[in-house]
Amino acid sequence: MTQVTPTKAFLQGLRRSLPFILVVVPFATLFGVVATEAGLNLIQTMGFTALVIAGAAQFASLQMMQDQAPILMVLLAGLAVNMRMAMYSASLVPYLGKAPLWQRALAAYILFDQSYAVSLDRFEKEPELSIPARIAFFFGVAIPISILWCGTTAVGALVGSAIPSSMGLDFALPITFIALIGPMLKSIPHVAAAVVSVFGALALGWMPSGVGLLVAASLAMLTGALVDDWSSKWVR
Amino acid sequence: MGALGYSSGQIWLIIVLLALGTFALRFSFLAILGDRTLPPFLLRLLRYTPVAVIPGMVAPLVLWPAATGGEPDPLRLAAAAASLFVGVATRNVIWAILAGEFVLVGGLWLTGQL
Repeated sequence: MTQVTPTKAFLQGLRRSLPFILVVVPFATLFGVVATEAGLNLIQTMGFTALVIAGAAQFASLQMMQDQAPILMVLLAGLAVNMRMAMYSASLVPYLGKAPLWQRALAAYILFDQSYAVSLDRFEKEPELSIPARIAFFFGVAIPISILWCGTTAVGALVGSAIPSSMGLDFALPITFIALIGPMLKSIPHVAAAVVSVFGALALGWMPSGVGLLVAASLAMLTGALVDDWSSKWVR
Repeated sequence: MGALGYSSGQIWLIIVLLALGTFALRFSFLAILGDRTLPPFLLRLLRYTPVAVIPGMVAPLVLWPAATGGEPDPLRLAAAAASLFVGVATRNVIWAILAGEFVLVGGLWLTGQL
């Protein structure tokens, strides 16, 4: 079996990133539109999208900002949604842990759902892949998606001010969140966590802005993990 | 319009802190050399964060939408249901968004609110 060169791995990654154009373009455009409608200017919207590069968290903190929540709660909402990134980071260590620090730092900056899922799949299937080839493949997937993400956010921000706000845009954010959740409900623990989250947040709505959500989300995480624990023992 | 009640400095503070925090989460374990892994139960907790946070955030927005002054609105409930149904059925975020927006914009148009 011939060794895959980093250049070849990068190009393979590039090819694997292509289908995500269909997901990233509308999603990033929507963020540009919604952020502009909410009152962020073009530079703020672009700073947001280029520095954070995490769709769901961007939408989540934007929602908290629209609710006039305290800054700490805005940050907690965004970071809570991004907590899964720590899990991604942990699970990539066996494959990328021995790459140079600057490469790991750069990879971490553009580590998101798509680049993680595609890369981990490849790394698991081809354990013989060299570390430079793994890094190159990861960048091949992640770099084009990141550039596209920022570019189409700008398009959305520029077009956004031209769309009349009566076009149901008030509800674009809730719909986007629901659309994100649907595909995540792939197992009983996931559904259990979501149900606890909904009823917990509604029941604790009297708490100060964001606190009820925080408590409900903690309970929901615990529910998911415990149900997962029980069901995996049950299967065994 | 400037609907957000934050100063420009506060908005940048949010953006920069969110960026730094997100990077810290992403870099956390990759920054530590070696093949050390997390305790399995902690990994399990982390796995359920998105699905634990987002539904709770969205539920009040769906039940008491800002556009109707906090009154439950059949049209927005229907749009939410369409989005959830298509999301679960197709496992595709974009189709789910389109389904929800289609119901909402279509309904607004049919009821003369557009």
